Amino acid sequence: MSGVLVVAYLAAGVLFIRSLGGLSKQETASQGNELGMVGMAIAVAVAMVTWILGANDPSALELNQRTTGLAMLAGAIGVGFFIGAVLAKRVEMTGMPELVAILHSFVGLAAVLVGFSSYLHPHGLSGDEIAKTVHEVEVWIGVAVGAITLTGSIIAWGKLKGSISGKPLLLPGRHALNAVAGLAMLGGTVAFVQNTNGNGIWLLVGMTVIAALLGVHLVMAIGGADMPVVVSLLNSYSGWAAAAAGFMLSNDLLIVTGALVGSSGTILSIIMCRAMNRSILSVVFGGFGTGDAKPATGAAAAITGEVKEIKADELGETLSQAKSVVIVPGYGMAVSRAQGSVNELTRTLREKGVNVRFAIHPVAGRLPGHMNVLLAEAGVPYDIVLEMEHINADFPQTDVVLVIGANDIVNPSALSDPSSSIYGMPVLECWKSKVTVVLKRGMAAGYAGIDNPLFTLDGTRMLFGDAKKSIDALVTAVRK
Amino acid sequence: MVRAVASIIGVPKESLPGERRVAATPESVKKLSSRGLSIHVEKGAGAEAGYADSQYVEAGATIVDSAWQCETLFKVRAPTVDEVGKLEEGAFVVSLMQPEKNPLLVDSLKAKKVTALALERIPRVTRAQKMDVLSSQANLSGYRAVVEAAAHLQGFMGPQVTAAGSTPPAKVLIIGAGVAGLAAVGAARAMGAEVRAFDTRAAAREQVESLGAKFLEVTIKESGEGQGGYAKTMSPEFIAAEMALFRAQAAQVDVIITTALVPGTKAPTLVPRDVVEALKPGSVIVDMAAEQGGNCELTKPGEVVVHQGVKILGFTDLASRMAATSSRFFAMNLVHLSGELGTGDTLTIPLENDVVRPALLLHKGEVLPPLPAKEPSPPQPAKPVVHAPRPDAKPQQEHIQSPNRSAWGSTLGGIFVIALLFGLGRFAPADFLQHSTVFVLACFVGWQVIWSVSPALHTPLMSVTNAISGIIIVGGLLQVGGGVDLASVLGVLAVFFATINIAGGFLVTERMLKMFRREDAAPSSSGGHR
Repeated sequence: MSGVLVVAYLAAGVLFIRSLGGLSKQETASQGNELGMVGMAIAVAVAMVTWILGANDPSALELNQRTTGLAMLAGAIGVGFFIGAVLAKRVEMTGMPELVAILHSFVGLAAVLVGFSSYLHPHGLSGDEIAKTVHEVEVWIGVAVGAITLTGSIIAWGKLKGSISGKPLLLPGRHALNAVAGLAMLGGTVAFVQNTNGNGIWLLVGMTVIAALLGVHLVMAIGGADMPVVVSLLNSYSGWAAAAAGFMLSNDLLIVTGALVGSSGTILSIIMCRAMNRSILSVVFGGFGTGDAKPATGAAAAITGEVKEIKADELGETLSQAKSVVIVPGYGMAVSRAQGSVNELTRTLREKGVNVRFAIHPVAGRLPGHMNVLLAEAGVPYDIVLEMEHINADFPQTDVVLVIGANDIVNPSALSDPSSSIYGMPVLECWKSKVTVVLKRGMAAGYAGIDNPLFTLDGTRMLFGDAKKSIDALVTAVRK
Repeated sequence: MVRAVASIIGVPKESLPGERRVAATPESVKKLSSRGLSIHVEKGAGAEAGYADSQYVEAGATIVDSAWQCETLFKVRAPTVDEVGKLEEGAFVVSLMQPEKNPLLVDSLKAKKVTALALERIPRVTRAQKMDVLSSQANLSGYRAVVEAAAHLQGFMGPQVTAAGSTPPAKVLIIGAGVAGLAAVGAARAMGAEVRAFDTRAAAREQVESLGAKFLEVTIKESGEGQGGYAKTMSPEFIAAEMALFRAQAAQVDVIITTALVPGTKAPTLVPRDVVEALKPGSVIVDMAAEQGGNCELTKPGEVVVHQGVKILGFTDLASRMAATSSRFFAMNLVHLSGELGTGDTLTIPLENDVVRPALLLHKGEVLPPLPAKEPSPPQPAKPVVHAPRPDAKPQQEHIQSPNRSAWGSTLGGIFVIALLFGLGRFAPADFLQHSTVFVLACFVGWQVIWSVSPALHTPLMSVTNAISGIIIVGGLLQVGGGVDLASVLGVLAVFFATINIAGGFLVTERMLKMFRREDAAPSSSGGHR
């Protein structure tokens, strides 16, 4: 049986790698997802069969003496599957960031639970003292990572949902607090491993509480603009938590999968950080947009000049006469659920022979790739949705750029003003086009809380109002 | 201090011969009346610019036989002394005034206690650009100057290669790269001509070169930056060097367009008789400064002079030759200006306003003392629309999506991990080491695989990884024993949450991926909203 198990785990691991590899291209993405499902089905089925046969635990009772356990498992899987399916069915594409965040917290929670369970009832350990120590360290680490992932993800979920303010919460001496929590967890390891009098479980509970608080504190201190990085970071944490669980259970499949997910999240975090020209450390310990190092307003070169408004009718005419239009969507498009109207506008313009394309900044929205999903939902063909690196060179040949609910990602001071807090961040250079029209609810600053000189450039016009209504008005104007 | 004037705006027909423009268009009438102002347009005022009376009525204006009785007047050119006689006492007139050309005008306005806003005096600051008629009209004039030059030239502007022979592109010299000059550079380039431009202001170089023309220089270094974006008068040595340059250029070029103006005085003479004579017969000079006396010694304002085969065009109505568009721009400038003159259905005269105040020639017939002077900054040229801020030398924007940048980091990381394993190997149990090996290998595999994921698929990537990290279900399973002990219950709970992840992650990914479609694919059923 154990040979079958190893082969099944190997197959599942390979399928997971193929699955992630499939996501590299649109054409193979669906297939990749299906391979992942197959891998998961194999892994779960084999694990289940092994469990029923009692092959994983030499001390296991006969199956007929484990019916309670079997019933509980069946119930958990059935109900869990139902809930997961309903979540997946009901979620709106604008709500993807929240779903992803809450799913991370489940992985964290599962890791904590498995850690506790494994501590209470370790399987397959030789009586060896060293093996026991190693196992306890693994439990300690697994539970700590799991607890941080759990509470961090819940806070991220709250922030994305808007039920917790997007503003960073900056406690006085917060770096010291983090350091103390970290040291306490480190020091706790020694006490935990050397503990022999049966109090170990309370040490573990205490450490879990500290780790949970640390998770809360870390994410509370991160501002709304950094949410894409936070979500990717938590993605990687959830992977490391799964890998740690694999170590404590001596299960290679868990280790492999956890490592895959962990590196995936890490890479996403790196991409997001590069897209904002920040280091991961400054995101995790930062508190951007509130003036830790620099006051957010006023420090950057003062913006002079005034904004020039444009009305939907006039813009509609300009758009119909344009040859090339680029649309830059941002989080504002998601907020006003304007993606359907944007698709309508795109279709109408393309029917008139206008070359319409989309420019996506890596950190647009609240989740890596969020804008692509929203546009795909609305029915925009993905081959006209381009990444920043591919479209930046085309702006000088573009007649009209529509910036829909984006701000910091089109801020020219990122390139020109060393005193700006986003200086050095790569941005979409939309101001090189003939006309840039910014759709915006009002003159408020973006998430980073800084002024945007784009709004007062000569070639910029502002169209104020709710994005969806403005775009609907544009569609009417263009059709005329 | 703010003074209200009545809400009826009169738009008279222009009386200057050859002036086809009008100070209001149906478009501007619509905008003005939408804020509650009434517009009285004189019969036939827009006829020459192609706007019929009926269009004005449609836009909300009233057609009147004479607009001169209105309290407020919008006009293009300065009123004549006769016309001032028709004004109500204390009227408010907005137009180009150019009092230095007609001193009698100011006296007659004073006598009528008129408030006169001289459009040419609106400060050329960024904020006032949308009200700057000089810029908006100069842009048109510059373009038209090229068109007129092309019309009088005996050949092509652009290069031609035909079966019947080929011709090189016309060579065009543009003197003065202000708003009009840059518009001329752009138009001449667009027609295919070879363009060179000269300006005493160093700031003009970048703008000229950005339009694809050559920027000429003299050997003497002297800055020509004057106030308000105009050039100042240069030293005699500089002028001598300049003349030498023009003389040398004259032997080569086919067209010279001059745009040099110094505010308040006669235009400088830049093309003296001997330069004209140095041109090839058939060449064309367009003197855009003709109205201010001309940059060419032989210019006659409003006429075409032919001197030894060289045509010298002294048109003073270049903008007016495109009356429909120039009126439109002019009228929109006035609409924007009205925005400074209060809101709602009355116009007011804000004496503290830094745009309006300097332009007030007379206020109730009196000359106002100037506001404490602020140095006006040179206006942005209207043509090369935006100059992008230059990023510093940092090689950025290039490879966000590539592992290469951190190749060193990951190599070092790998070496570190291996060293760590060696250290552990001395006392850790064998099966821990085996797991660590698997772990490190899996990290490297993940690292290689994930970098190739397209950014458009990052959200599906996250949801798939969400789903597969649900593999922790296996861990939960292993912990479940037979009965209801704590370890088993915890294991079951872990299985429960992991299952939510697996189902939720995979299904939502599937849903998302179905939405991505190529242009040529049939629209998916989930297109549109939900």
